[in-house]
Amino acid sequence: MWGIVGQRACRHGSSAMSLQVTRPVIHALRSFSTAAKEMTVRDALNSAIDEEMSADPKVFLMGEEVGEYQGAYKITKGLLEKYGPDRVLDTPITEAGFTGIGVGAAYHGLKPIVEFMTFNFSMQAIDHIINSAAKSNYMSAGQISVPIVFRGPNGAAAGVGAQHSQCYAPWFASCPGLKVLAPYSSEDARGLMKAAIRDPDPVVFLENELLYGESFPVSAEVLDSSFCLPIGKAKIEREGKDVTITAFSKMVGYALKAAEILSKEGISAEVINLRSIRPLDRATINNSVRKTNRLVTVEEGFPQHGIGAEICASVVEDSFEYLDAAIERIAGADVPMPYAANLERLAVPQVEDIVRAAKRTCYRSSSLAATA
Amino acid sequence: MPVHYGSKKLNYFTVASTIASQLPHAVGAAYSLKMDGKDACVVGYFGDGGSSEGDFHAALNFAAVLEAPVIFLCRNNGWAISTPASDQFRSDGVVVKGQAYGVRSIRVDGNDALAMYSAVRSAREMAITEQKPILIEAVTYRVGHHTTSDDSTRYRPLEEIEWWQMARNPLTLYRKWLESNGWWNDEAEAELRSNSRKELLKAIQVAEKIEKPPVGDMFTDVYDAVPSNLFEQEKLLQQTVTRYPQDYPSDVPVRAVPSS
Repeated sequence: MWGIVGQRACRHGSSAMSLQVTRPVIHALRSFSTAAKEMTVRDALNSAIDEEMSADPKVFLMGEEVGEYQGAYKITKGLLEKYGPDRVLDTPITEAGFTGIGVGAAYHGLKPIVEFMTFNFSMQAIDHIINSAAKSNYMSAGQISVPIVFRGPNGAAAGVGAQHSQCYAPWFASCPGLKVLAPYSSEDARGLMKAAIRDPDPVVFLENELLYGESFPVSAEVLDSSFCLPIGKAKIEREGKDVTITAFSKMVGYALKAAEILSKEGISAEVINLRSIRPLDRATINNSVRKTNRLVTVEEGFPQHGIGAEICASVVEDSFEYLDAAIERIAGADVPMPYAANLERLAVPQVEDIVRAAKRTCYRSSSLAATA
Repeated sequence: MPVHYGSKKLNYFTVASTIASQLPHAVGAAYSLKMDGKDACVVGYFGDGGSSEGDFHAALNFAAVLEAPVIFLCRNNGWAISTPASDQFRSDGVVVKGQAYGVRSIRVDGNDALAMYSAVRSAREMAITEQKPILIEAVTYRVGHHTTSDDSTRYRPLEEIEWWQMARNPLTLYRKWLESNGWWNDEAEAELRSNSRKELLKAIQVAEKIEKPPVGDMFTDVYDAVPSNLFEQEKLLQQTVTRYPQDYPSDVPVRAVPSS
C-alpha cells in the first residue's frame, strides 16, 4: 500500500556509514559512473548535523529525547556521546519553553537546532517561531538575526491519527522571515540541512518519518563535508515534455512512480522536486510549465491554502498564455486524518491519483464531473 | 491512534496527543460544573513530564484563581520516555508546584491502592464542598518500556526495574492485603485471570469480524453537519472508487453519506 517500498524499483541496501542496519543487505548490481554509495535519509541527516557541529562550536542541539534516547527517530544517534550534554540537550517536555530558549540563544549568537518530535507539536511553540524567530531581524532593523533551525518529521506517517499527521508547510511558508525546506532524497537531506544550519535566518526544516529509512545513491561530492545545496532552488528529478508535476518530500517518490507509469502510456512527465517551499523556485516551475503547457501540483496536506494553491497562482500570474489545460491540484482530503487504516489510505494522495490527474491535463481522460 | 478513546456517556473527554493540553480543559470543564452548581468535580490525569508543559502552569493558576472544583492527579513514575525526573525538573517533585500556585496538594504512595483511594475520595469531597482545586502527586515507577518499540534497559539499570516490579508492585501489595483478610485466595486469582483472558479473546474475535469503516465515515463529524464541499468530495471519491476498482482494496464499503 505504501508506495515508498516499491518506488525505487529493486534497490535495497545499507550504506557502510549507517550506524544501524535498517534493512537486509541485498545489493543489486548496477553501475553508475559517479554514485557508488547508498545512504539512508536518516544517516544523511545525522552526518550533516554531525559535520556542522564539528565545524562550528556554536551549533548545538535541543529537543525531547535527542540525547540519551538517540533521538525519537534516531536521527541524532551518537551525537550526545560525541559532543557531550552541553551541546546535545535533552529538554523537559515544553515545546514553548525550549523553542523560546532556543530563540534566545540564537539572539545572542549561538546556532541552535531545535527538534520537534513531530511538527504537530510545533503548534505549542508557534508564537516563538513566528513572532520571535521570524520577525526579529525585521523588527530590529537587521540588528538581531536568528540563525536557528527548527527540524522534525512533518505530514502523515502511518496510522498515527489526526493530531500526528498534519502537514505544516503551508502554515510556515506563508510567513515572511522564515525559510522553509522539505528534503526528499539523502542528497537533499544532507545538502539542505547543512545549508539550513549555516543560514543566518530561521529555517523550518520539514522531514518525513517514512522517508528516514529510505536509501538513495549519493555521490562522492555529496559525501564531502563541504557539500551544500542552495536554498530556493528546486530540482528537476526527471525531465519530460508533456506535463509538469510538482511535489515535495514523500510525494516526490510518488510523482516519480506516476511518471514511470505515464511514460508507458506515451506521456512524458517532468517531475520537479521543490526542495524549498519558501522561497519557492517560481522560475524553475514556470520555465517547466512554459515547456510542457500542463501542470499537476501534488502535496499530502489539506487542499485549501496549500502549496499547490500558491503554485497555481504563480503559474496563472506568470505563464497564463502557456497553459493548454486547467491546472490540477492533488492534495490530501479536507478532513482530519482518519485513524482507520482503510480510510487513512483514502485521505492521502496515491500514485493512481497523480496518474489520472496528469492524463486529464493531457485530455486522455475526462474528469468525473464532465461525464456526470 | 491507540489510547485516544473518549466517551460522552462515561464523562470521559477524548485523550489527546498533545501533552498537558487536557489540564486547562479540565479547569474549563470544572468551571462549567461550578456555574451549573453541579455536585461533581473534574479529574485531570498527567505524568511527571506533563508538569513541565506551559499548559500545566496555566491550568493550576487558573484553577486556583477561579476556585474550580478540579483534581489534578499526577502520576509521577520517574520517567518521560528516557528522560528521568531529575532532568525534567529540580523542584521537590510535583507536589510543591501545586502549592506554589495556591492549590492544596498532597503526595501519596501511588503503589498503595488503599492510600490512593483514600486520598482521591477526600480530594473529591473537598473539591466539591469547598469548590477549590486539589493536586495529588502519586509517586510510582514505570516498570514497562515507554512503548513496544522502546527498550528501556538502554537508559536505566535492569536491577532498578526488577526491584520495583518485585518489591513495590501495587497488584501484589493489594492482593496480599486481601488475602490477609481472608477475602481472596489462589483459586479466586486463577479464576479471575482465566475469565479475563476469555473475555479479552472473545472481544478480539468480535472486533475482527466488524466491517471496516465505509468511505462516508471519512467525511462525517468534521463539522456538526456535513458541508457541501465535503458532500461533493465524498461523491467524487465514491465515483472514483466505483470507476477504478482495481486501484482500491476490496474491503472499502462504499455507502452514501446523508446530505445536510
